[in-house]
Amino acid sequence: MNKKQKKMLIRILAAAAMLIALGFAPVTGPARFLLYMVPYLTVGYDILIKAFKGIRNRQVFDECFLMAVATVGAVALALYEQSGDYTEAIAVMLFYQIGEWFQSYAVGKSRRNISELMDIRPDYANVEQDGTLERVDPDEVEIGSVIVVQPGEKVPIDGTVTEGVSTLNTSALTGESLPRDVKAGDAIISGCINMTGVLKIRTEKEFGESTVSRILDLVENASSRKSKSEDFISKFARVYTPAVCYAALALAFLPPVVRMLAFGVPAQWGTWIYRALTFLVISCPCALVISIPLSFFAGIGGASREGVLIKGSNYLETLSQTRTVVFDKTGTLTQGVFEVNGIHHSELENERLLEYAALAESASSHPISLSLQRAYGKEIDRSRVTEIQELSGNGVTARVDGVSVAAGNEKLMDRLGIPFIRCHSVGTIIHMAIDGKYAGHIVISDVIKPHAKEAIRALRAAGVRKLVMLTGDRKSVADQVASQLGLDEVYSELLPADKVEKVEALLQGKPEKEKLAFVGDGINDAPVLRRADIGIAMGAMGSDAAIEAADVVLMDDDPLQIAKAIRISRKCLGIVYQNIVFAIGIKLICLLLGAVGIANMWLAIFADVGVMILAVLNAIRALFAK
Amino acid sequence: MMKKTYKIDVDCANCANKMEEAARRTAGVKEAVVNFMTLKMNVEFEEGADPKAVMQEVRANCKKVEDDCEIFL
Repeated sequence: MNKKQKKMLIRILAAAAMLIALGFAPVTGPARFLLYMVPYLTVGYDILIKAFKGIRNRQVFDECFLMAVATVGAVALALYEQSGDYTEAIAVMLFYQIGEWFQSYAVGKSRRNISELMDIRPDYANVEQDGTLERVDPDEVEIGSVIVVQPGEKVPIDGTVTEGVSTLNTSALTGESLPRDVKAGDAIISGCINMTGVLKIRTEKEFGESTVSRILDLVENASSRKSKSEDFISKFARVYTPAVCYAALALAFLPPVVRMLAFGVPAQWGTWIYRALTFLVISCPCALVISIPLSFFAGIGGASREGVLIKGSNYLETLSQTRTVVFDKTGTLTQGVFEVNGIHHSELENERLLEYAALAESASSHPISLSLQRAYGKEIDRSRVTEIQELSGNGVTARVDGVSVAAGNEKLMDRLGIPFIRCHSVGTIIHMAIDGKYAGHIVISDVIKPHAKEAIRALRAAGVRKLVMLTGDRKSVADQVASQLGLDEVYSELLPADKVEKVEALLQGKPEKEKLAFVGDGINDAPVLRRADIGIAMGAMGSDAAIEAADVVLMDDDPLQIAKAIRISRKCLGIVYQNIVFAIGIKLICLLLGAVGIANMWLAIFADVGVMILAVLNAIRALFAK
Repeated sequence: MMKKTYKIDVDCANCANKMEEAARRTAGVKEAVVNFMTLKMNVEFEEGADPKAVMQEVRANCKKVEDDCEIFL
C-alpha cells in the first residue's frame, strides 16, 4: 500500500463507521442532513472537487462527474421527498471509493508481482581492481572489463568465461529448471544465476545491449502495442459513457412528461429521476477499461516467466488465433547436429568400424567427420594414421595401423571398384572398405529433437489444424522427418527466398481469421519470420537477430514451448472475452432493470464496483500460465 | 523520427486512455501511447518538433482532461 492508498483506506473506514453510527442516531430534520453530510464529504470530497474541475475543463463525462451527479442527485431527492434517507447516496460514494481503492491496490499489486517475476535485473557488477573487488553499477562497466560473479549472484553482463567452473541456473530466462554447466572459454549470458563456483567473465557487451536488458525492455514495452480488443474497449468506453448519460437524461424527463401530457396521470418525477441516477452509477466503464489491459499485461508477464517472450498484446491476440504452424526443419524440429544413427552390414564389430572411420577422417573438419569422431568418443591417436588422401566430393582413403581404409560415398566405392550394398536409410551414408574389401556403411543423419513428437501432439491439442514443414534439405530426408512426426505438408529443397514464397502461398490459401505462425531458429529465416502473421524464434538466448526479427521469442529451443505459447495466449484471450462479455452483459442487464424500476441504487453499485472487482480478479488469472 | 518514453502517474485506466487522447491531439505529436500497466507514455514526435516544448503542451493538455495525472519530464 502506498501513502495515497493508506489515506484513502482511512477515509473509507472512517466514513463507513460514521454511517453505521448514524444509523442508530435518532436525529431528524436539518440536523440529520448536516450530520449525514459529514461522512459523505469525508469519503467523497475529492470526487466533488474533481467533478467541478472537469466541468470547468469541459470534460463532462468523466466518472467523477457521474458519481457527483448521482450522489448529489440522490441527496437532493431525499431532501425533496423529505424521506431523510441519505444512506443510499453516501453508500454509492463509499462503494465507488472502495472500488477505486481496490482497483488501485490490485493494479499496484500485479504490477509489483510481474516486475518481481521479471526480477532478473542485476543491481551491480563486481569489477576486480588491484586485487580487490569493487561493486559498481553495471551500466558503468566497459566492454572488455573482467567482472567476477560469486555463487548466488546474477550474471550482470554478457561475455566469455575466462576463469572458473560453475553451474548456472537459467530458469529466470528460459523457464527451464535444468542447470547448465560452464567453464573457461564458454560464452555466458546475463540474467543467469551463478550457483556453485566463482566465475571471471570478460564482458563483450555493454549492459544496455546485454540479454537481460534487452529482455526487460522487450517485456516492459510489450503491453504498449495494443491489441484489437483493447482498441475496441477504449472506443466502446468513449461511446458508452456519453450514451448512458444521455439515456439517463432522457429517462429523467421523457417518461414524466409523457405521463403528464399524454395520459394525464401524475408525473412521478421522483421515481424517474431516481432511475436516471441509477443509470449514472452503472455507466462507469472502469471494469472494462481496467480489466482488458490488465489481462494482457498479466498474460505477457506469465508467459515471460515460462520463457516465452511476447513482444506485444497484439501478438498475443494473433497467437491465440493461430491455426497453421509452419516450421523450419533444421534447428527447430531437428537438432541441426549430425549424429551417427546406424551401422549396417558391418563385417567387423561396429566399434571397430567406427574406429577406422574416425581415424581415417581424423584430419578433416567437415561436419560429417566431426560427427564420426564424436561417435567414436575416444581420443584419436593421429600417429596410427598415415597416407591420408582426401578425394573431394568422394571421401577419404588412408592407412590405419598399416591397413588401407577407404571411407566415402558410393562414388568412392565405384572409383575403387569395390562392390557395395546400397542403403535404404535416409541421411548421409559413409561406405567403408578395409583392405580393399567392403566392410559395411555408417548412416549419419540429423536427429529429431526429443520433444518434437510430443510438441506436434500438443499443438494439435491446442487447436492447430495444419502443420507444415519447410526445409532446404533433400526430399528424402524431409519426407522421413515429416512422416515420423506426422506433419500435414512438407516442402523440401527450398532456398531461403523460396521459403518466403511458400509462406506467402500458404497465407493466401487460408481464411483471413485463421492466423499462420512461422517457427524458425532465427538464424537465416528473418524474412520469413517477418512475413508470417506471427514469427516465432526459438532458442534465442543470446541471438540478437532472432529477438529483433520475431514477434514471439522462445528462450529455450524445446519445441514444446510453441504449444505452451499458444496455450497461454488462448487462456489470456479467453479471459479477455469473458471479461468483455461479463462486464458489458451485467451492465446492460442492470441498465434495463434500472429503467423499468427493478434495480435500485444498490444493484447499480454492484454493476459498477462488483463487476470491476470480479473482472480484475479474473484478469489476474492470466498471470498463472501453465 | 523521434521517439521518447516518459514516466507518468495516473490513478485509473480510463484516465490513462484520456491522457493518450489528449497527448495525440497535441500539436507536434505524431503518435502517443499510454501504457497504464507500466505507467509509461511513449511519444513519437513530428518531424522538426522540439520534444521539450511539445511535452510541456502535452502535460498541460493531460492536466486538463485528468487533473490528477503527472508526466515526469
